[in-house]
Amino acid sequence: MTSAALLSFLVRRLIQLLPVVLAIAVLNFVLVHLAPGDVAQLLAGQSGQASAEFVQQLRHDFGLDRPLYVQFLLYIGRLLTFDLGYSYVQQAPVLGLILDRLPATLLLMVSSIALAIAFGILLGVTAARRYGTLVDNVISVAALVAYATPVFWLGLVLIVLFSVDLGWLPPDGMTDTSRSASGFAYALDVLRHLILPAVSLALFYVAVYTRLMRSSMLEILGREFITAARAKGLAERTIAWLHAAPNAILPVITIAGVMFGNMLGGSILVETVFGWPGLGRLIFDALLQRDLNLLLGILFVSSFVVVVANLLVDLAYGLLDPRIVHK
Amino acid sequence: MKGMRAFLRRYGKNRAALGAAAVLALVVLLAIVGPLLYAIDPFDMVGLPYATPFGEFPLGTDVSGRDILAGILNGARISLLIGVTAALTATTIGVALGALAGYYGGLIDDLLMRTTEFFLTIPSFVFALVLVAIFSPTVASVTAAIAVVSWPSMARLVRGEFIAQRGRTYVQACRALGMPDWEIILRQILPNALPPVIVVGSLTVATAILTESGLSFLGLSDPNVVTWGYMVGVARTALFAAPWMISIPGLAILITVLAINLVGEGLNDAFNPSLRGR
Repeated sequence: MTSAALLSFLVRRLIQLLPVVLAIAVLNFVLVHLAPGDVAQLLAGQSGQASAEFVQQLRHDFGLDRPLYVQFLLYIGRLLTFDLGYSYVQQAPVLGLILDRLPATLLLMVSSIALAIAFGILLGVTAARRYGTLVDNVISVAALVAYATPVFWLGLVLIVLFSVDLGWLPPDGMTDTSRSASGFAYALDVLRHLILPAVSLALFYVAVYTRLMRSSMLEILGREFITAARAKGLAERTIAWLHAAPNAILPVITIAGVMFGNMLGGSILVETVFGWPGLGRLIFDALLQRDLNLLLGILFVSSFVVVVANLLVDLAYGLLDPRIVHK
Repeated sequence: MKGMRAFLRRYGKNRAALGAAAVLALVVLLAIVGPLLYAIDPFDMVGLPYATPFGEFPLGTDVSGRDILAGILNGARISLLIGVTAALTATTIGVALGALAGYYGGLIDDLLMRTTEFFLTIPSFVFALVLVAIFSPTVASVTAAIAVVSWPSMARLVRGEFIAQRGRTYVQACRALGMPDWEIILRQILPNALPPVIVVGSLTVATAILTESGLSFLGLSDPNVVTWGYMVGVARTALFAAPWMISIPGLAILITVLAINLVGEGLNDAFNPSLRGR
């Protein structure tokens, strides 16, 4: 694929993003105004306990005393300057609060996606190669059970097993505050804390990818080029991993973008269970304190992250399968 | 009727799906008659906290001395009620929008599908959570929020089915007969598109139950009812003192969701005999 083709593909995709981002903004705006009760009171986030002067001040600051379309334009104008509002509960700008927490969430999610794709492909290919045997059945049943397990409950079970009973891994946090390590020791400490949450979050997606990969492999293994490879006398292992698997991976990659948004929900629950200092914890605190501004900010940023993730998946897809770019 | 019998025979060949249907029937039965037979208020503090299962109380008591069995039985009602209602609502919305988009195509299709894709982009759990937080948690608001985030994939599916069907000869024949569009959509094409809708609809119930449990685990459940997710959330505060306490409501969710998924797969296999095991 030429770099010019890739560039025009990228530009096209970026332009397609604009209406989506605008729609997310509209949705956020509508949600605030759909909320029962006084908007200014809600924004104050103190469930009716804010002082009358403060609420009045807010009403003026946000232009809530002006017509709805003016309010909307003001809102869009603020968004364009990356102003997601102010959390009066946390006494800080919403965007700053979110950006502080985003890296931890992304670290958790990216680790889980990597685990899920790696194990999903491994198990899916293995099951497909042993189609109808005991190995296939065991993998399929395990995937079904993993697919039905509530992620927050799995996290708690893993804590009981690996932290309470065995004492192998820490049950919460991202680092041990008792030790102020740096460099490699710090990374190792984070890794130790990352294992349980990442595994909890990944398991459901391992099941998703295993099932997808298995059915995709079964379909590919029935194609003529596989018969041709067999006729050449290639080893079954070579056929499965070098000929069939690369072709079977495409549908797995396609849904990775959609899965990213889905996984964000799981991440919130897992972070709450493990006290992981990411967006999930921020949401939990925002819920407890009815901090609507912060919640809406998180909805906006997380939607935006999903849009960007989808773009990256599209690009990866275009690189893996050049036919896509030229469609 | 003959087709129905053949369908049931194909479903019955799948042992796992048959067993899952039995388990699911049991869960439904427990949800309906359980709270009547075991008439203990799940909010009542009936005994000392931390009572282990199989003692004075069949499944023990929680951190405040509430009967866990009573919670499980009442929670079954809420889980199934919310799961089924949300899935039915999402299916209705998805079928309506998907059918219109697929049948008419063109501008309507573009408009509806862009909207659908937009809703697919928003992280569904975060969206549901914000909706419930804004409208404050009740059984109705939780159900509505889950329905709002669950319809898009159904809309896509139904649209695809309608696109595949709309060019067929029988549809052309209906048009030639002067049949109105709504009749072609509802009476002619929809019945043909129903099998995948039923399969995906049943899987939506399972997803809805998982979503509901996640929301109530975070404290976003109707304060007047006990839910399984809420029970896990409560038991979590005693994770180190009584690790067994989280297992009961957690297993209840797992078993129910697993049974629904297996039934959904069984239906899928029975509808598409050629695709078995794929």
